[in-house]
Amino acid sequence: MDDYSILRQFADSWGLLAMFLFFLGVALYTFRPGSAAKHRDAANIPLRHGDRLEDDAVSTTTTKTKNEVRT
Amino acid sequence: MLNYFKLIVLAIITLAAAMAANFAHDGAYQIHAIIIVLVAGGLFIHTLRHTNDAPKPAETGYMDGVVRYGVIATCFWGLAGFLVGTYIAFQLAFPILNLDLPWTTFGRLRPLHTSAVIFAFGGNALIATSFYVVQRTTAARLWGGNLSWFVFWGYQLFIVLAATGYLLGVTQGKEYAEPEWYVDIWLTIVWVAYLAVFMGTLIRRKEPHIYVANWFYLAFIVTIAMLHLVNNLSLPVSIFGSKSVQLFSGVQDALTQWWYGHNAVGFFLTAGFLGMMYYFVPKQAERPIYSYKLSIIHFWALIFLYIWAGPHHLHYTALPDWAQVLGMTFSIVLWMPSWGGMINGLMTLSGAWDKLRTDPVLRMMVVSIGFYGMSTFEGPMMSIRAVNSLSHYTDWTIGHVHSGALGWNGMVTFGALYFLTPRLWNRERLYSLSMVSWHFWLATIGIVLYASSMWVTGIMEGLMWREVDAQGFLVNSFADTVGAKFPMYVVRGLGGVLYLTGAIIMCVNLWKTVTSSPAKASDAVAVPAE
Repeated sequence: MDDYSILRQFADSWGLLAMFLFFLGVALYTFRPGSAAKHRDAANIPLRHGDRLEDDAVSTTTTKTKNEVRT
Repeated sequence: MLNYFKLIVLAIITLAAAMAANFAHDGAYQIHAIIIVLVAGGLFIHTLRHTNDAPKPAETGYMDGVVRYGVIATCFWGLAGFLVGTYIAFQLAFPILNLDLPWTTFGRLRPLHTSAVIFAFGGNALIATSFYVVQRTTAARLWGGNLSWFVFWGYQLFIVLAATGYLLGVTQGKEYAEPEWYVDIWLTIVWVAYLAVFMGTLIRRKEPHIYVANWFYLAFIVTIAMLHLVNNLSLPVSIFGSKSVQLFSGVQDALTQWWYGHNAVGFFLTAGFLGMMYYFVPKQAERPIYSYKLSIIHFWALIFLYIWAGPHHLHYTALPDWAQVLGMTFSIVLWMPSWGGMINGLMTLSGAWDKLRTDPVLRMMVVSIGFYGMSTFEGPMMSIRAVNSLSHYTDWTIGHVHSGALGWNGMVTFGALYFLTPRLWNRERLYSLSMVSWHFWLATIGIVLYASSMWVTGIMEGLMWREVDAQGFLVNSFADTVGAKFPMYVVRGLGGVLYLTGAIIMCVNLWKTVTSSPAKASDAVAVPAE
């Protein structure tokens, strides 16, 4: 078989399956139990850091600052 | 020591470019070589004069100088791109504006416009905001010292070489990938440096988690590198000439081109700008993103699907049917992640909708998300083969592109610029909020005029082209459609004038913010020891 046919056959069989399973894995992992707290924390990253690095270096260790919103 | 090395490299580049200018086969190549001589020679003299300067103390804190330059460049190229766009819109209505000069014909100004707005305006906005966002979401200074300055100035050189090339007639004839081989090589070097700065900063982050905006920026940088390399595989006819020959030919070349072209939309104009949305909308609304889980699904679904959508640009061509249907199917599936992302952005305001009444910057961002939703609805619809048989090659496509570009990319960039300028120049607030409101309404009405006139003229044109009489003969000649489109072309041009006026008001406002707005009071003393 020529290269095209080999690649084509791989792409619409194992390649497709591998990518689909990867995507499914990502989706399931995102909704795993116990992830809510981690995601809430991650969503607050932009609000945690401000204009100056000197201030932010402190606030990463104290985790919560006045700007953060709990939902 | 490093300076001696720099001097040697710059001297070699200057000499090589001078020889290239001497042996050049065509005028455009010669002018480009002379530009390189001037840039490299100027840098050589600058480096020479400062070779033995005492080393400056290492700066700490966020690296914002390059972001400030990026904001200025974004404004400048935005004005240039909108101006050229408005001009060529009127060229289509009044052909006399071509001026009968080769350099000012529509064919040469059109790539100048598209590259100026996408790569110069959009690209500078993406580079500047990505440098700002990656620092603020990792709590780390940009990696690589002055490498980010190389990225900024190197990218401006790329823009200048590309733009002058278009005017002088240098093009490889690939839409949105017009620059010739040596400009492509230069962009590759700049882009690798950009990736290095971005990745380097991510690697030395203080935040354990990589915030989702950075994922989108990274997908944008990596995918554009891949697209650029594959679509520009070409062999120069001579190293002393601008002409090159594509390695692919025929339908393979067409498919590669639209795999590139559509993913330039998907990863440059969508993924990159979504990175902006995921940072600036929460910041301006002072609320975290509606659902972080949804943002993760949005990211993976978007990048897994977009890459396959390109063949919808080649419906009813020599491309195999299965590839056309594949492109159409993936385009339709893309509805889901696109609208998921839109909902995520809009719902971030839930509980804070009242802010829209008082904050025109937030209003701008919300309208941009609305246009994102609208154009990602229209796009999949147009990718359906039956719809495409009416819409393709008509002005409907142009209207679709502009509702996305002006509405989504333009508006979210304006929002980010209004957000960034007071912070970067340490000002208390913007100079004038009513000017932001003026900008908002001028831009919005401009887009409405643009999109609605293009819908009307596009569908009219599509129907006229397929109209046949009782004997089966075509009723209209091409010139009939051109004549019928005239009023809509004038309306479209007026929409462009409104949009350009809004952008000028923004630039004045940002300028006055930097020069006349009160400086931010230092809050260092007010922080109590907790």
